[in-house]
Amino acid sequence: MKAPEIIRPDSYWQKQDEIIGKEALATLQLEHLTKSLRRVYSNVPFYHTRFDEAGLDPENIKSLEDIRRLSFTTSDDLRANYPFGLLAVSKDEVVRVHTSSGTTGRAKAICFSKNDIECSATLIARCLVMTGTGKGDILQNMMTYGLFTGALIMHYGAEKVGALVIPAGPGNTERQIQLMRDFGTTVIHITPSYSLYLASALQQKGIDPRKDLNLRRAYLGAEPYSEETRKKIEAIYGIDVYNSYGLTEMSGPGVAFECGYKNGMHLWEDHFFAEIIDPETGEVLEDGQEGELVLTSLRREAMPLIRYRTRDITKIITGVCECGRTHRRISRILGRSDDMFVVKGVNVFPQQIEQVLMGIKGVAQNYQILLESYDHLTIRVEIAKELFDGNIEHLLQLQTEITDKVRADILVKPKIELLEPGALPVSEGKAKRVIDNRTM
Amino acid sequence: MKLKQISVFLENRKGRLWEALDALANAKINIRALSIADTSEFGILRLIVPDPDMAKKVLEKGNFTVKENNVVAVEVADKPGGLAEVLKVLSDADINVEYLYAFVEKSGEKAVVVLRTENTDAGIKALKTAGIAILLAEQVYAL
Ligand SMILES: [Zn+2]
Repeated sequence: MKAPEIIRPDSYWQKQDEIIGKEALATLQLEHLTKSLRRVYSNVPFYHTRFDEAGLDPENIKSLEDIRRLSFTTSDDLRANYPFGLLAVSKDEVVRVHTSSGTTGRAKAICFSKNDIECSATLIARCLVMTGTGKGDILQNMMTYGLFTGALIMHYGAEKVGALVIPAGPGNTERQIQLMRDFGTTVIHITPSYSLYLASALQQKGIDPRKDLNLRRAYLGAEPYSEETRKKIEAIYGIDVYNSYGLTEMSGPGVAFECGYKNGMHLWEDHFFAEIIDPETGEVLEDGQEGELVLTSLRREAMPLIRYRTRDITKIITGVCECGRTHRRISRILGRSDDMFVVKGVNVFPQQIEQVLMGIKGVAQNYQILLESYDHLTIRVEIAKELFDGNIEHLLQLQTEITDKVRADILVKPKIELLEPGALPVSEGKAKRVIDNRTM
Repeated sequence: MKLKQISVFLENRKGRLWEALDALANAKINIRALSIADTSEFGILRLIVPDPDMAKKVLEKGNFTVKENNVVAVEVADKPGGLAEVLKVLSDADINVEYLYAFVEKSGEKAVVVLRTENTDAGIKALKTAGIAILLAEQVYAL
């Protein structure tokens, strides 16, 4: 495979902000944090109470660590304050609301001021320029437009850097392929699972994305996925794949993004203050330790969030990045603390299993994890069509290989069911990988 | 001398075998011989049909994963030791048999054995040399 494209070292959207010195950044963070805390203390009753309970005086913030005295803001807090309970501005200042329904309970509403949208678009512009996208690029945006922030914020950022944007939205694979061919799409913004689905659709039509399309890079986000999957997608399409991280609560994508070195995602620390915590105890962990990412927005106007639990598991990558940007990096999302499941007493993330599966020849792109009891793990794997040669020995060998490799990685011996290609439901959005039929 | 056989991958799902056979029946494809190899998690259905290409098309249209393989059909006397003799020939020639299945022809005097050897050409050669009658595809379909 070809080496990753390394972007010109002078490719910055906001150079001074992106290469800001460590101390200057800390000063800037404290300045914005203090402003934000004062605003929520005066305008948001929820935070007013929280601060008083913690004995935190927003007029007397000495360091960034002072906020550790505050308890976390959770998605339940957002739901409880739906729709406008956490507004720090008057309703008239809100120009946009995004909601996310989630699978349980009430929706979360995230409000944006005009400036909030401008800030997010600017962060996306940084990300795009950092990865070589600009004027002359044609970006086909296959994320969901609408209540989900993924597509819209990317859209604004891409227009900002002068790219031509095709607001395709997800699904309708025939049309996606047509658009890619007709317009010579160079960049796609897509979920990992849909990119794999699209790859198999292209293959079925006899289109070789490496030769017949004009693609150069893809931005993947919205679902955690493994490094093996990235390599697979890069090889199939013959492109560079960059990880994108964001969440609606923090204004959508562009919170953290990979540079040309593809070694972790730079988290824009002049807009967000990041902590990594132990998801069980809430204790703040050292850099380099795996845990849940907790974010404090530093500049959001409409709905600032303090110590928001993202539920995403990652770690801070220590050390300086060769690209010159000083903002610390987070590793790819290793999983959602909600997705983690326990089987035979072992904590397992679906991504661990995915990583193993994607490294095995003969396995197609789709899989499902089935939990029927607390000591049995079943993994349903589609075989690759090319693998089937009519020989049962080869299937048995594949089954044994998967069993052994998964056991070596997660220390639980799984039962492997081999499925026909295409047997599992195909996802054009977020894929549902874990089916948990256990009752508490 | 070679006979085409259709292999169909079957996942362990209720009714999947029936769906495969039903698809063939609807396309009016007669099955001359059939065998199923299975484990608790999946299986392979093997079929001898007069028009294997057509059968493959029909099954693939029904989203089955299908592979065409070459096999050899031989006629053995339907009496003790008939099959053993064939296997001895192959074993003496150092030819590995992946699997085999048999069916009895209508008259009931002879059995037809379908053999899949690792190397089909070598298998045919060894059987011929030993004077064992290999059935032509047309003969099998006419049974
Ligand atoms: Zn970098």
